Amino acid sequence: MAFLVLPLLGLLVRAPWSELWPQLTQPQVGQALRLSLVSATLATLVSLVLGVPIAWVLARSTLRGRSVLRALVTVPLVLPPVVGGVALFLVLGRQGILGRWLYETFDYTIPFTTTAVVIAETFVAMPFLVISVEGALRAADARFEDAAATLGADRWTTFRRVTLPLVAPGVAAGAVLCWARALGEFGATITFAGNFPGTTQTMPLAVYLALQSNPEGAIVLSLVLLAVSLATLLLLRDRWLGRSGVPT
Amino acid sequence: MRRALPALAVAGLLSLTACGGSASPDAAGTSSSSGSGGELTGTLTVFAAASLTDVFTGLGDQLMAENPDLDITFNFAGSSALATQITQGAPADVFASANQTQMGVVTGAGLAEGDPTVFTENVLEIAVPPDNPADVTGLSDFADADLTLAVCAPDVPCGAAAEQVFEAAGITAQPDTLEEDVRAALTKVELGEVDAALVYASDVQAAGDQVEGIGFPEAEDAVNEYPICTLAGSQNPGAARAFLDLVESEAGQRALTDAGFRSPTS
Amino acid sequence: MSLRAHVVVRRGALLVDVDLAVADGEVLAVLGPNGAGKSTVLRVLAGLLVPDGGRVAVGDDVWDDGDRHLPAHRRPLGMVFQDHLLFPHLSTTDNVAFGLRTRGVRRAEARSTAEGWLRRVGLEGFGDRRPTQLSGGQAQRAALARALVGEPRLLLLDEPLSALDARTRLTVRAELRRHLAEFAGCAVLVSHDPVDAMALADRVLVVEDGRVVQEGTPAEVARMPRTDYVARLVGLSLLPGVGRGRSVELDGGGAVAVAEEAQGPVFVAVRPGTVSLYLSRPDGSPRNVWPATLVAATPHGSTVRCDLDGEVPLTADVTATAFAELGLQPGARVWASVKASEVAVYPR
Repeated sequence: MAFLVLPLLGLLVRAPWSELWPQLTQPQVGQALRLSLVSATLATLVSLVLGVPIAWVLARSTLRGRSVLRALVTVPLVLPPVVGGVALFLVLGRQGILGRWLYETFDYTIPFTTTAVVIAETFVAMPFLVISVEGALRAADARFEDAAATLGADRWTTFRRVTLPLVAPGVAAGAVLCWARALGEFGATITFAGNFPGTTQTMPLAVYLALQSNPEGAIVLSLVLLAVSLATLLLLRDRWLGRSGVPT
Repeated sequence: MRRALPALAVAGLLSLTACGGSASPDAAGTSSSSGSGGELTGTLTVFAAASLTDVFTGLGDQLMAENPDLDITFNFAGSSALATQITQGAPADVFASANQTQMGVVTGAGLAEGDPTVFTENVLEIAVPPDNPADVTGLSDFADADLTLAVCAPDVPCGAAAEQVFEAAGITAQPDTLEEDVRAALTKVELGEVDAALVYASDVQAAGDQVEGIGFPEAEDAVNEYPICTLAGSQNPGAARAFLDLVESEAGQRALTDAGFRSPTS
Repeated sequence: MSLRAHVVVRRGALLVDVDLAVADGEVLAVLGPNGAGKSTVLRVLAGLLVPDGGRVAVGDDVWDDGDRHLPAHRRPLGMVFQDHLLFPHLSTTDNVAFGLRTRGVRRAEARSTAEGWLRRVGLEGFGDRRPTQLSGGQAQRAALARALVGEPRLLLLDEPLSALDARTRLTVRAELRRHLAEFAGCAVLVSHDPVDAMALADRVLVVEDGRVVQEGTPAEVARMPRTDYVARLVGLSLLPGVGRGRSVELDGGGAVAVAEEAQGPVFVAVRPGTVSLYLSRPDGSPRNVWPATLVAATPHGSTVRCDLDGEVPLTADVTATAFAELGLQPGARVWASVKASEVAVYPR
């Protein structure tokens, strides 16, 4: 516990409190914070849309390549994020497999845009959601799905009205984890999306660069990021996770 | 404690050279290096800017080959990180910085032995992917919003230099990304994801065939000087001095030029 | 006959091959030990499991036949599970209304029909509760309402009472019996408890090792069990033998005197309450007297159930008082006797 908390205390102790306000009122800080929150939230939504079905396939289907799929899903967890960023270039970059087609057909490039930030964050953060939801699905009693089927519910209705509500706490926990990871994402973002204030410079990027020239400012920015993420997590915990009385 | 006298003699010699002030008796007293027949012994720790990795490793190997009892350890990192480590008490004998600012941090803390000397220079170059697909010709292309361009962030040295040349040239740059370091900028050039990036000539050289370098006259407005010095707390001042001499020697300068650096003009 | 099914499923080493037919308004109990395949049969009827062979048809509608498989959600059926499986995230009313909503009934109408069913199963006023706030008996009654609300043609009950405590079980069983009597479709009840089967079913199908071993009315099955399993369930000692007039030569050795003429392969069934035990050979020489060893004694209400080993293996129920007076211990040598008129004999 001390191992987890002491670095935070270190930040608090070293914080130049007198610099707090001037730092906070810098337009770049607000910009970076807003971009961080928006892109992390979008990444979480994309992860939900893509990740929940993947988790369902992993937990419920009898597909042959399931273990391979699971290994693939967890790759971003073990991959250094910077490498993940390069991998995204190779697929979605201007010279990438899909990206080249986009560029040549629509004259559209993904890198160095806010879209790239969301993609990079999704790539890195989605495994947290998938693993969390898959665990919840495995823990949930599949016989509820049988019961729903005998009551006339097809697969989709069953999934929507029975399975999903049953695993809602797991989905919520996974989404929060995913959001937190996306908020703190650095390596894949700075590689694939680059760093430009207002477009792709999220808080972690701002913190890292501030550290090069103005360590005190970097501490202040870290504290802002920390405060915002803690506040959000606590709020969500009370709203969602605390109250759901669904046994799994 | 053995052979204290010859060690002191070496230290005395050092005081004649550029970076050497007066060697501290303390250093001489605990030094394990000894000067019998010019043979250097013991351990030498060199803190050097990351851009010097290849050149310094080669020079270090050369010095160790000449002095079989000498062991050289390098710590290559960003200059600011190294300066911080030195002021925090990291044991180092030599510090080679990629800019005067971070050297200033060390001299300001009274940790340098004498005045640092500039041993090499680096200028900016435009790095483009092989065959230069976007036909970039000079610095003015960085004002073209249609090109995808990478410049270092102003917080890091190559970005500060970039700002300087843009200002001197009166160009409003239109970069798409402000990279956290030279390596990140080069990666994007190598992958062909940007049309051009502004990096140092030595970085272009180090990237080999993966990128092409284009020089431009405005680069003279932001020449980056690399200062070097021995450190006051050195445990092996003899070897430290010898390494400095090697860097400033003809062979050392040739190795630097081969790597894209240039000899000091001033 | 409205439900006709021939179910063939291979489950590892067990081959389930069961034929069954249930008329409208009839309740069929499938009775059998754990692992006999009875739940497998029920899952096939429900459409939750695709059989390896056979055919399932209700009326003129074929549900399973060769490549044809009607998935569970398209079968007009209701199913009650052992541990109710009410959806924990829905209120009791919404649970009961679920089957109507999936079949396209509008929300308000579905809810009001559900409320009506809750009233019928005695749960008026409990509609807003979550399943976790119901007792076991209430939850099972809600589950019954949920299964019946769509007026299914087939009602499947999978051990509906076995998760309940003894007292609740009695009341829920009585209620279930009443609803089954009113139910117009076919009902199939799976149970390993003979009392449930006997109390609720019109007909009993005994399944062992994936096969039907006996079929009949509850009374027939209880009176004339055809396997050791059923005999034990209904508390009889079952002795196979060959009839020779007023005597049956048992397959395991020895003979039993019977009151009726018997010829050929027969079963002899002995009720434990009719067996008397003596420490020495009883006087008056009744014809059915065998030496035996007491193997085990288990108190059973006011009687003690005594398992006997010998040429003729029997079970005897003696009163606790008698047991104490005889000073019986496991391993004791005793004489067992039963009147010929108390012995049931029927063809194999």
